[in-house]
Amino acid sequence: MMLVWLIVILLAAGVVAWLGGRRSAAWARWVSLLAVLADLIWAVAFWLRHPAQAEILPQGHWLAQFNVAWVPQLGIRFHLAMDGLSLLMVVLTLFIGVMAVLCSWREIQTGVGFYHFNLMWILAGILGVFLAVDLFLFYFAWELMLVPMYFLIAIWGHERRVYAAIKFFIFTQLSGLLMLLAILALYFIHHRATGVYTFEYSALLGTPLSQRTALLLMLGFFVAFAVKLPMFPFHPWLPDAHTEAPTAGSLILAGLLLKTGAYGMIRFVIPLFPQAAHQFAPVAMTLAVVGILYGAVLAYGQRDFKRMVAYTSVSHLGFVLLGIFAWNTLALEGAVVGMIAHALSTGALFMLVGQLYERTHTRDLTRLGGLWSTAPVLSGVGMFFMLGSVGLPGLGDFVGEFLVLLGTYRLHPILTALATVGVLASTFYGVQMVQRAFHGPNVHQWKIADLKGRELLIMAPMIALLLWLGLYPLPVLKTFAPAWKGLERTTRSLTAAARR
Amino acid sequence: MHPVDLIALLPLLILAATSIVVMLTIALHRSHRLASLLTLIGLICAFASLWVARTLTPTEASPLLEVDSYAVFFLGLVIAATFVVVILAYDYLEKQPVNREEFYVLLLVASLGAGVLIVSAHFVSFFLGLELLSVALYALNAYVFTRALPVEAGIKYLVLAAGSAAFLLLGMALVYARVGTMEFSQIGGLVSGGGHLLKDPLMLAGLALIVTGVGFKLAVVPFHMWTPDVYEGAPAPVTAYVATVSKGAMFALLVRFFYVTGASSLGPVFLVFSVIAIASMLVGNLLALLQSNVKRILAYSSIAHLGYLLVAFLAAGRWAVEAVAFYLVAYFITTLGAFGVVTVLSNGERDADSLADYQGLFWRRPALAGIFALMLFSLAGIPLTAGFVGKFLLVRAGASSALWNLVVILVVTSVIGLFYYLRVIVALFASPETAAPSPAPSPAVSASGASTLVVLSALLVWLGVDPAFMLQVIERAISSLKLL
Repeated sequence: MMLVWLIVILLAAGVVAWLGGRRSAAWARWVSLLAVLADLIWAVAFWLRHPAQAEILPQGHWLAQFNVAWVPQLGIRFHLAMDGLSLLMVVLTLFIGVMAVLCSWREIQTGVGFYHFNLMWILAGILGVFLAVDLFLFYFAWELMLVPMYFLIAIWGHERRVYAAIKFFIFTQLSGLLMLLAILALYFIHHRATGVYTFEYSALLGTPLSQRTALLLMLGFFVAFAVKLPMFPFHPWLPDAHTEAPTAGSLILAGLLLKTGAYGMIRFVIPLFPQAAHQFAPVAMTLAVVGILYGAVLAYGQRDFKRMVAYTSVSHLGFVLLGIFAWNTLALEGAVVGMIAHALSTGALFMLVGQLYERTHTRDLTRLGGLWSTAPVLSGVGMFFMLGSVGLPGLGDFVGEFLVLLGTYRLHPILTALATVGVLASTFYGVQMVQRAFHGPNVHQWKIADLKGRELLIMAPMIALLLWLGLYPLPVLKTFAPAWKGLERTTRSLTAAARR
Repeated sequence: MHPVDLIALLPLLILAATSIVVMLTIALHRSHRLASLLTLIGLICAFASLWVARTLTPTEASPLLEVDSYAVFFLGLVIAATFVVVILAYDYLEKQPVNREEFYVLLLVASLGAGVLIVSAHFVSFFLGLELLSVALYALNAYVFTRALPVEAGIKYLVLAAGSAAFLLLGMALVYARVGTMEFSQIGGLVSGGGHLLKDPLMLAGLALIVTGVGFKLAVVPFHMWTPDVYEGAPAPVTAYVATVSKGAMFALLVRFFYVTGASSLGPVFLVFSVIAIASMLVGNLLALLQSNVKRILAYSSIAHLGYLLVAFLAAGRWAVEAVAFYLVAYFITTLGAFGVVTVLSNGERDADSLADYQGLFWRRPALAGIFALMLFSLAGIPLTAGFVGKFLLVRAGASSALWNLVVILVVTSVIGLFYYLRVIVALFASPETAAPSPAPSPAVSASGASTLVVLSALLVWLGVDPAFMLQVIERAISSLKLL
């Protein structure tokens, strides 16, 4: 029941913020903040109560769930469930959600009520994606987060916002519909095999499929998630959407929406089609490595600060994809830590760009420079997160990338070596960015205010969490472990069954 | 005919009686308010009588008319849609410099025609209903005759509808010449009984001509030419009516005729409908991209939507009928809502149909723009709206019959469709500075118009979130349809 409340609170807060926001902007902000905070506190409290299951939960048992009939005629159930993986993602979502509300506090001045309505509904949609285990409900939530995100970019974005918003919408919608076809095909095949119409995740696991069908259906899911992730060559929407979105939009895009793609891969693509995914893994991993290198090279070439950060996402999510398709304990742990660390470091960089933009009204790296002398704290924080992003040991991203590389090395030494080159390449863009923005002489005579008050309040927890994740990632790994054991056992038994 | 059968026909009789009462009232005392009020009361009575009629179903009221629960369902849909159109039209007509009262007589006659189409089980009643509907629509399209566009629309519709009716008539004649009966069920028996009929050129030519006549009313490609012009020219509430009632009734008949006769499973017929469906989806969505007039965009989008519906129609089977019925409900609500917004924004000089009229509407009229956006999202098939569930059911119906080619085209073209829906939505939410320099018509919205739009939106979201109830109603309704 609690799982529903998590979502309902956000949906309701969105409506309340919209209605009240027409009179008072502060009302919309506070209502949203309190709603997300309440959710966050509940989620963290839940996490503290369930740090890890010592014993592995048997298949089909979740930490918490909510299951009622929704459209019985079609076999659709409103089924939310949470295991360790979803729990981590839910906590991340709500944390980033709080940050998103806080970092819009001053940036957004027009249509504040409607803005917060969209923000809350995106978060609700994302929670739905992380919690749904009925495939129809999953698709519903998947689409639901799209529309408010579209509005967020199209209304409050920068100069080319309409173009970026439409591109984003079309890319995700088309890939989403392919997934819908795959879901429906699975639904019918399952019916033919068992005589039951159902969208239930646990029931659809292990639906007998011919090799060709499995590959096709797997691709239907894969493309939807690969677009969101984004995997090379499905990434063209990302730089535009990230660059044109308002700060909170970029934060949510980078921190959460991309993670829904990775989550989908872990939760659906591989467990539903273990054999097909296994066959397909070399292709996916190669594309992941291409993405790592390609993203890094393009990031190096950008002049627009925000666009540059956007391209680093392509690179980072390449590691996540690599880890997922390696499908072993080390690599998966790496992927999950990588997802969380990327949300923190890249999210923080986007917020930083937003703060810089508020002060200088430019995102052009060549017009910045020498900011350290006038805003040392801001510059220091910027360097910290850039170091995190390039994978400095002691910070979260390093743990993720290291584990992924360790996990994939045993399978594909060559791909792993190439991916390591990507780590190296990231230092180039990282150092170059710090150099261009913060170091050097202050040729443009910037005189800007340093970070203070609210802005520091936002940055401090991001810094703390990134450090914590880098130095002591064990709680995250422990929470993920039982979920992973369950997933692994499912895929193993399904593969074995298919062999027989 | 037994007196009991008259009770089964009560909804139609009430519609007919109301039109006469309204006409006589106009002769005695010309009052817009009175005429519209009488019409509304008549519609409510007709709607209530559906429950009476339902207790008697299924009954063959005469060889011509069959009132079964399937018909009752669509009658309800048509009557409800007419009700909404009357409310929307009231404020619209108030602003027009013409006689207003006769509008309602024509509207009632048109709905009577639609009703006859829905219950018809015979070529005679089919044609009767069609003509009743068409003739009333000629006049309705040109109702605001002080402007040039409505007159043009009316004449265009008149010429083309009359032509297509002639085709239909010839088609009926050919089929009759071949099988010697005009009753759907008997034709069905002959078709399924004798395989030789499938290859008979006379039969096929007859069916092709019938498809032409039906296709014209449904405005599917290649019989769609009139649609954008009539949509653009006709007064907004009439456009809403043409888009919903006229097409919905015809589709209900299409399903009944082709399923009962079993003709839809004939190879050539199936092929023709597949081509029509694909062409409608492609042409509708692609041409809509080029439009800058909201009514024309909606016209082309409706062509595409009928193409989607044909996919489910081709899938055949109970799921297909369920999908068609649900999609029509969603389509009715959405189209009425969208044209409702156009209607309330229109004034006496012109309809609010240029995209510029909607530029930045959200910042001037947030509620109206929000409702319009909701309707467009439903047309685009985005979750939380009925359009999403409808499209899901269509895809499911297509997938259940393994019509993968059609389903994939449906999916791809509906993504193309997103472009033009988003164009309108972008305009709605454009920042206030970029709004059109000349102030767009922005009249006050009456309480009745506003509440109608709110109710439509609420229905849209309700069906989108909790479709179980409506599906149950539909399941019960379509159980009467004898599927071959």
